[in-house]
Amino acid sequence: MAFPLLTVTAAVPAVGAIATAAVPAGRRTAAKWLALGFSLATLVFAGLDAARFTPGGARYQLTESHAWIADFGVRYQLGVDGIAVVLVLLAAVLVPFVMLAGWHDADVLDGHAPSRNWRPTQGFFALILLVEAMVVISFEATDVFLFYIFFEAMLVPMYFLIGGFGDRAGPKGEGEQAKQRSYAAVKFLLYNLAGGLIMLAAVIGLYAVTAHQLGGHGTFSLPQILQARASGQLRLSSTAERWIFLGFFFAFAVKAPLWPLHTWLPNAMGEATAPVAVLLTAVVDKVGTFAMLRYCLQLFPEASKWAAPVILVLSVIGIIYGALLAVGQRDIKRLIAYASISHFGFIILGIFAMTSQGQGGAALYMVNHGVSTAAWLLVAGFLITRRGSRLIADFGGVQKVAPLLAGTFLVGGLATLSLPGLAPFVSEFLVLVGTFSRYPAAGVIATLAIVLAALYVLVLYQRTMTGPVKAGNEGIRDLRARELVVVAPLIALLIFLGVYPKPVTDMINPAVKDTLSDVHRTDPAPQTNASLTAAAKESAK
Amino acid sequence: MDHLIGALVGAPLLGAGVLLAGGRRLDRAGHWIGCLLAAVSFALGAALFADMLGKPTGQRTLTSHLFSWVPVGGFRADVAFQLDQLSMTFVLLITGVGTLIHIYSVGYMAHDENRRRFFGYLNLFLAAMLLLVLANNYLLLYAGWEGVGLASYLLIGFWQHKPSAATAAKKAFIVNRVGDMGLSIAIMVLFTTFGTFSFAPVFAHATSASQAKLTVVGLLLLLGACGKSAQVPLQSWLGDAMEGPTPVSALIHAATMVTAGVYLVTRSGVIFNAAPTAQLAVCVVGAVTLMFGAIVGCAKDDIKKALAGSTMSQIGYMMLAAGLGPIGYVFAIMHLVTHGFFKAGLFLGAGSVMHGMNDEVDMRKYGGLRGYMPITYVTFGLGYLAIIGFPGLSGFWSKDKIIEAAFAKGGTEGWILGGVALLGAGITAYYMTRVMVMTFFGERRWQPAPEPDTAPSVEPGIEVHPGDLPHPHESPKVMTIPMIVLAVGSVFAGGLFSINSAFVKWLQPVTGHSEGHSPVTTGEVTAATLVVLAVGVALAWAQYGRAPVPVTAPRGSLLTRAARRDLLQDDFNHVVLVRGGEHLTRSLVYLDHSLVDGAVNGTAASVGGLSARLRQVQNGYVRSYAVSMLGGTAVLVAATLLMRAV
Amino acid sequence: MNPINYLYLSALLFTIGGAGVLFRRNAIIVFMCVELMLNACNLAFVTFARLHGNLDGQIFAFFTMVVAAAEVVVGLAIIVTFFRSRHSASVDDASLMKL
Repeated sequence: MAFPLLTVTAAVPAVGAIATAAVPAGRRTAAKWLALGFSLATLVFAGLDAARFTPGGARYQLTESHAWIADFGVRYQLGVDGIAVVLVLLAAVLVPFVMLAGWHDADVLDGHAPSRNWRPTQGFFALILLVEAMVVISFEATDVFLFYIFFEAMLVPMYFLIGGFGDRAGPKGEGEQAKQRSYAAVKFLLYNLAGGLIMLAAVIGLYAVTAHQLGGHGTFSLPQILQARASGQLRLSSTAERWIFLGFFFAFAVKAPLWPLHTWLPNAMGEATAPVAVLLTAVVDKVGTFAMLRYCLQLFPEASKWAAPVILVLSVIGIIYGALLAVGQRDIKRLIAYASISHFGFIILGIFAMTSQGQGGAALYMVNHGVSTAAWLLVAGFLITRRGSRLIADFGGVQKVAPLLAGTFLVGGLATLSLPGLAPFVSEFLVLVGTFSRYPAAGVIATLAIVLAALYVLVLYQRTMTGPVKAGNEGIRDLRARELVVVAPLIALLIFLGVYPKPVTDMINPAVKDTLSDVHRTDPAPQTNASLTAAAKESAK
Repeated sequence: MDHLIGALVGAPLLGAGVLLAGGRRLDRAGHWIGCLLAAVSFALGAALFADMLGKPTGQRTLTSHLFSWVPVGGFRADVAFQLDQLSMTFVLLITGVGTLIHIYSVGYMAHDENRRRFFGYLNLFLAAMLLLVLANNYLLLYAGWEGVGLASYLLIGFWQHKPSAATAAKKAFIVNRVGDMGLSIAIMVLFTTFGTFSFAPVFAHATSASQAKLTVVGLLLLLGACGKSAQVPLQSWLGDAMEGPTPVSALIHAATMVTAGVYLVTRSGVIFNAAPTAQLAVCVVGAVTLMFGAIVGCAKDDIKKALAGSTMSQIGYMMLAAGLGPIGYVFAIMHLVTHGFFKAGLFLGAGSVMHGMNDEVDMRKYGGLRGYMPITYVTFGLGYLAIIGFPGLSGFWSKDKIIEAAFAKGGTEGWILGGVALLGAGITAYYMTRVMVMTFFGERRWQPAPEPDTAPSVEPGIEVHPGDLPHPHESPKVMTIPMIVLAVGSVFAGGLFSINSAFVKWLQPVTGHSEGHSPVTTGEVTAATLVVLAVGVALAWAQYGRAPVPVTAPRGSLLTRAARRDLLQDDFNHVVLVRGGEHLTRSLVYLDHSLVDGAVNGTAASVGGLSARLRQVQNGYVRSYAVSMLGGTAVLVAATLLMRAV
Repeated sequence: MNPINYLYLSALLFTIGGAGVLFRRNAIIVFMCVELMLNACNLAFVTFARLHGNLDGQIFAFFTMVVAAAEVVVGLAIIVTFFRSRHSASVDDASLMKL
């Protein structure tokens, strides 16, 4: 039997979570280093996954498959395509930075200084590792039921991370802050649980349909269902397909989040500490968009095409709406949350435009959005911790006292507004081109967001960083070494992926091609195919 | 030689990287590193130019493919360069003027603690601008396009502690983004029409696309050009951009970046030639901006803003020429180059004046400076003569050609465009004379710094620090030498280009050229131009040279007041876009809370209310539970009996 | 005598028991009423056994008796414990479990 690389990739952080939680009280620093070590080990294994993955080879690689609940056809079945392997790597890359950025976040809670039997630090780092393990296995699962379990289970550690370790910087004092925090955590949980429950019904429905049509042996296995569909054994009636599709899509749309199911995100991101907010948007939410690509399109191609126009309209609304609301925010973290809603709109737009540029761009966007949000939000978090406030109005002239902090904040913001040369530009442009080639109107309206993005990013920068130093900002210190270790690699990654995204696109392209052939869609042909004739000329030379 | 193209862009990029990432330890040598790498880039450009001259006309295009940038499906964008005569012209202008301004900045920014960062940004600008003109496809051009926008943003807002600078920088970026939106949609249309956005295949197949499509592309490209080149209706940012350090105004907002729109239109000439409507739109935009900029330039008292109005107006000339098609492309670029020399020279001169006058920009507080700063006076004066088109100097050669070409468009359009261009030349003479006279002639309207020992306050109650008062002096050599070089260019470049139509022959293989059928002869145009020029100069002299200039600006006519406020465009933007946008976002924030979130919270509240009702039943009394049990049993029995009966 | 009369008697006893459970507060009385209801059921079972001519009803009656006996043991224990802690045997005092 081959070495179960994917299982190990997911198991390392899980074991790490247990080990970190078991570190004796009072040994905070040991727990931190242990957790960081495990996250780095995960990164190594995720790197191995990527190295062992052959782009253009079999659709699902590094597969593992074991019977689990035989009576219901549930299997422990893992496998990655190009998109999954890239996203596993993204999660593994970001988690160590999240840990480093939140190094001291759990050391003081509600004014309690660390005592001899202090355990929250262990809990904080263990929960982060637990989330990582669950996210990784959700990316790897090729069994719908297995995916569902971890898709839902990751809500629990996220709930505690948001509610238990939330932001202490607030305008209304500690008590009010705690109330807001628990409201945000509960809201996050309820929204996602509601989505998950509806998905559960759809999962059972899927099982019932397969059991009915495949002679009593229902299955949750993605490759098996795809094969049965291809061979004609399994035919979903269009009504059944649409209903089951909607059940799946609803859950993913809440997680992603798509307008108008987005309202939990600003609360959750606003109240969580910046590293947890990064974990939430950059890592956990990617499971939602990833699952649209993997489950909605592959399992229900006809229903996806049927629903695409409505979804496109919702995502375009989300793009513009998120950007406009970001312009109107007074709270730095909520602003970034609304910007993320706008970006998630782009990702969903790309997925459902169903062109190779759109989907390739969307898959790349998941990576780029993860990195750029991490860079921007973590620096914002450093700033907020220093001042003890999230309100934009409390800042001003920071670049005078902390030029490095201001500079990195600007770079993160520029990435968010899709400046060419930084990673998100490539993906955003691909999504726009891909959308435009099939739905020109949607493409043009979505392009408006590039102006709005410039507005909210630069206005935020202007209000917080430029001008004379505002009272209360004189003491803001520049980035420390630990923080620089967090920010510098992320910025380097942003530049690298913006200038040379080919390694990632090479991974993604074959997977996108497979998905497009699942939904029986080809790119719209250009009116005059100048590229073909040009290529012919070149080869003639 | 092909690989040198990459190095051309790479040198300043390296400089930017080193200077920005290097930190404070490079503070002492940073500016020289910046100058050196700019000079390296210029040397490479010159070497490539020499190489190109040695080749026959047909084989002058060099290409260099570095790596594949974004390959996804049928979409492939490469980092690949194309160096032809048009790009070469720009490369020499950008690196040449760029290097001079780098050197000038060493002196100008000598006392700024962030000088290293300034040079990093300047190098970044050079790299982005070179990328823009060397790209062989629209997406890479777009990358350079936004790159110069970023450099412009960083440099306008270089003095970030000044709120006005930060606001101006933000405004420039956002207004540019509106134009960029046009450019990016244009690329999308090109991709869906041609399946590619590389120059060569697109231009080869341009004629096979429908005219409607090409018109759409042309108009979208024009929108992009309007943003970057500060053309009406996206011109509002340029005046505010003068908040940046003066070398930045000279390099970016006069000589190079703002001309990128003209480059874009000229580069896409094949598309515009096939879309006459789009071409006409370019002409109209050019003509309107030409007048707009000129009128604004007449009213401004801030020397840099007056020059900014002039820049707008001169780029209007170039756009007008570029919109004329093959009869105008060459002259658009020629005017662009000569303008690069004299406008950069004028800005550097203005910077030199400000340097000597404690950063005072109000021309009403200048006057009679020619004795104090002779080199500045002479170089500025030569630039002034060049821009108004004094016979024999650079502007004369290029601007006259544009006026002539405008007439040559033919028909009523030709007469209107030609007339506007001619009138514009007169106004140019007027406002430039005004600047010249107010600055260097007349009596001095500034208070000299008192001698150290005789220091009673001039006005009682206001304490005057000796350092706050100007003591005009000539700038150091590191600043005057670039000014002299640029002045030489302003004098001779136009004439040199026109010997034997050298410039036309040089660019013709790329842009194409036709003479057109001018209803007026060259001689007539020249004569007419000279007449309006003389009238403009005379008017300005009468108004500002003969009569004393009041230190506080008179109220002025309605037009003057409007022109001082940029013909009210900012007010329009403020009322319609800014206020409207604020209301929109504020109401959306409210709606998001009350409607979208409210719907969900409402559902939650109603479920909660229902459960609160139901909770009443669970009162804990055994007897009430027993009653409900009894009731339930009775219902069950009744139901069973009923079912039986049925 | 017509066996149906036993059924009427059984229904009457059950109703009395039910009313007692519902309206009385004293736990002992409630308890006795429960017993009354159980015995009413037993009477019905036995009557049905007689009517149908088989022993099923009688067997059920025995089961009920066993259950009733067990119930008496547990129930009386609860009542006694409750009385010790509250000094009351009113069922209304035992409402601590409500929300």
